[in-house]
Amino acid sequence: MSRVIVTPKAAAKEVLKDASMQKQKDMMAGHYDRLTSAPETGAKVASTFVPGNLNELIMCFDLVNNLPEVNAIQSGLRRQSGGYVLEAEKIGHSEDVCTYVKSDVGMMAKGNIAPNGKKFPNPDVLLLSYTGCFTFMKWFELLREQYKCETIMLHTPYMGDGKITPNMVEYMVKQLKEEVIPKLEQVSGVKFDIDRLRENLKKSVTAEEDLVWVLQSAKNKPSPIDAYFGGIYYIGPIFGAFRGTDDAIEYYKFLREEVAERIAEGKGPVTPDGDMGKEKYRLVVEGPPNYTNFRQFWKMFYDEGAVVVASSYTKVGGVYDLGFRHNPDKPLETLAEYCLGVYTNRSLPMRIDMLSNYINEYEADGLLINSIKSCNSFSAGQLLMMREVEKRTGKPAAFVESDLVDPRYFSAANIKNRLESYLQMIEQKRAGSKAA
Amino acid sequence: MDASLTRSATAGIVARAQDLFEDLSFNAAREWKAAKPGRKVVGYMPIYVPREIIHAADMLPLGVVGGGDQLEVIHGDAYYQSYICRIPRSTIELGVSGRLDFVDGMLFPSICDVIRNLSGMWKMMFPDVYSRYFDVPQNYRDEIGGNYYVNELAELRHDLGELRGKPITDDELRHSIAVYNENRKLVRELYAFRAERPWQAPAPEVYLVLRAGLVLPVEEHSAMLRDYLAAARAEERPMRDNCRIVLTGAFCEQPPLNLIKSLELAGCYVVDDDLLLVTRWLTADVPTDGDPLRNLATSFLHQSESTAAKYEPDQKEKGQHLVRAVKKSGAEGVIFAAPSFCDPALLDRPMLQHVLKDAGIPFIAFKYAENSGQMQPIREQAGTFADSIKLWSGA
Repeated sequence: MSRVIVTPKAAAKEVLKDASMQKQKDMMAGHYDRLTSAPETGAKVASTFVPGNLNELIMCFDLVNNLPEVNAIQSGLRRQSGGYVLEAEKIGHSEDVCTYVKSDVGMMAKGNIAPNGKKFPNPDVLLLSYTGCFTFMKWFELLREQYKCETIMLHTPYMGDGKITPNMVEYMVKQLKEEVIPKLEQVSGVKFDIDRLRENLKKSVTAEEDLVWVLQSAKNKPSPIDAYFGGIYYIGPIFGAFRGTDDAIEYYKFLREEVAERIAEGKGPVTPDGDMGKEKYRLVVEGPPNYTNFRQFWKMFYDEGAVVVASSYTKVGGVYDLGFRHNPDKPLETLAEYCLGVYTNRSLPMRIDMLSNYINEYEADGLLINSIKSCNSFSAGQLLMMREVEKRTGKPAAFVESDLVDPRYFSAANIKNRLESYLQMIEQKRAGSKAA
Repeated sequence: MDASLTRSATAGIVARAQDLFEDLSFNAAREWKAAKPGRKVVGYMPIYVPREIIHAADMLPLGVVGGGDQLEVIHGDAYYQSYICRIPRSTIELGVSGRLDFVDGMLFPSICDVIRNLSGMWKMMFPDVYSRYFDVPQNYRDEIGGNYYVNELAELRHDLGELRGKPITDDELRHSIAVYNENRKLVRELYAFRAERPWQAPAPEVYLVLRAGLVLPVEEHSAMLRDYLAAARAEERPMRDNCRIVLTGAFCEQPPLNLIKSLELAGCYVVDDDLLLVTRWLTADVPTDGDPLRNLATSFLHQSESTAAKYEPDQKEKGQHLVRAVKKSGAEGVIFAAPSFCDPALLDRPMLQHVLKDAGIPFIAFKYAENSGQMQPIREQAGTFADSIKLWSGA
């Protein structure tokens, strides 16, 4: 009988986190504990999406918010999504469709285990706040088939003409008044109190102000933050289960102080390997990141001295840096306008304007697109966006491809090659402009 | 009637429809536009736009459903990654190659994220053309989704009135609704006839005749439908030992004509399908009295086809439209044929398959692209499916 020799694996290098990251991690862990203990505590659970999530409203009904996209991201970061995606394909899902959906469906098929190792509770209600992505609609139909629970549809019209019209707002407010709120009352058994909503919205505004300050701190040179890889940590609380809470206010205040300190010390962003070295390239990034190889992907950037100073992905849960703030004086209208304004609900010309402006405002060297195989909402049209941004800003743009949470579509060598070539292109452009 | 004459009548109509189908320069629409000064053409993509409003503005609604398998995509591929379906790239090809240079407006209906983003691309690439993403409500209550939709329709009516240089009146709209009611009635008749005698109205012929309706003025298309129905009814054709199937999932990017032909050659009569849904989106007549926009909205909310691009609020109803289609058409099975990378169709498919399984209806599934050339695997799969139905359906 042959012996199997198992070589002990080297211990994983410790990931360095700054204090705000640790705080955020603790908040998320607390949230998952709240969720998974729902059967014991009797808390009711609302599943909903990140873009257009109505956390302030959900909290008015004492519902705990569960976000299937975030669960898929967690599965990706923990290298579990690959197996879940395969499981979903085994039970009939196409290889062509969104891997968030398949990771979620596969996770359900494999016991629905949360990142804390406990079972996710079944949702009491699916709040289909359908903003900027058709896949959401099908995703919640698939979840409804599984859980057979109440599903509430909040339809957000698309900003195809680049504007929010009174008809759109009126439609959404009517849905909130006549569909969403009555059904949430019914599911939760809690009567709606508009003053409670106003209070939550007020809290949102405070956190939103600090978030914007943090995101705009990247205008400094060197940038004290990475607004894409680091940015994903920064948006976690406000795009997820914490907007409208004291926790979020505290987190963003704390984060702001931490970033202010970095600016004062002339420091760049914190990376998993510690403080980033010299800032050599300032990039704007469009599209979601890859989560199965997140650290490896990030490392490709900071190893080269490339920092992301602005990104579109950190606007999927709200475009606060363009001025939107929740308005407690118009509580339902503001929820409608929030949903309408998230990044993926913006027309392609609006997205191009935004990216071009970022390049100018943040004095970036160019645009990098991470095109996601299974996300048409982001990806369809990105090649035109790239050309148009180049034309408008005179800065080079480049393109890499990967996937959200399907490890089969992450080719490290390919991405690294492309990124290095792109950075060389920036160097040439700089040399060219110096010579001129 | 003399049989040879009838045969030539059917063949003549189908040949005309085939010519229109193959003409990627849209000459029929160009000729219509050139026939009178000031005429305008408004293009639209699958699956549904209110063609009545375009018609009421004296404009020609022109269905643009991609480039098919005859179009060589040269520029369009530079706009899309490999993992995006084919219809947007061939539509861009039609645009940049000048084939749509006579089109005064383009409407992009609410189908999926790809078509949604294409609406923005069109605005950037063809800034002089009126283009609009045409959103529809996913809330079906009259006082919520209905009011929203009436206002959206009013905005379209206003815009097209501006494009024409004269507002669209209620009477013009009522007249157009009546004209389209007639067309839809004839399409329903054609589908009913095919379901009853599919050997008399082969699926490729029905498809071509239906497709002609995307490029012809509606009055002319209704005449074509009438003529085809009369000719097809009069012509005796041999009945094959085929099984009867419903084809579904093909509501946007169209399958190659050869694929439809291959299904019949493989032993499957198509007795219902979701091809070119715009021609029968509204399932009953729209009232011609009262407020025309309200009537269009009410019909959309309560009497329209079910498809993956629409939200189904009632779990119990999910997929039942397919079960009903099978029963109504006397089908023995369902073929799911979706374009590669089609999110709505492919995400819907597992749910629909569960419903069919519960109802004891056999099904198979495959994917295609509008330029798929290799039909042998599809023919084999469909042939095996047909054989299994014939062998085991009574067991």
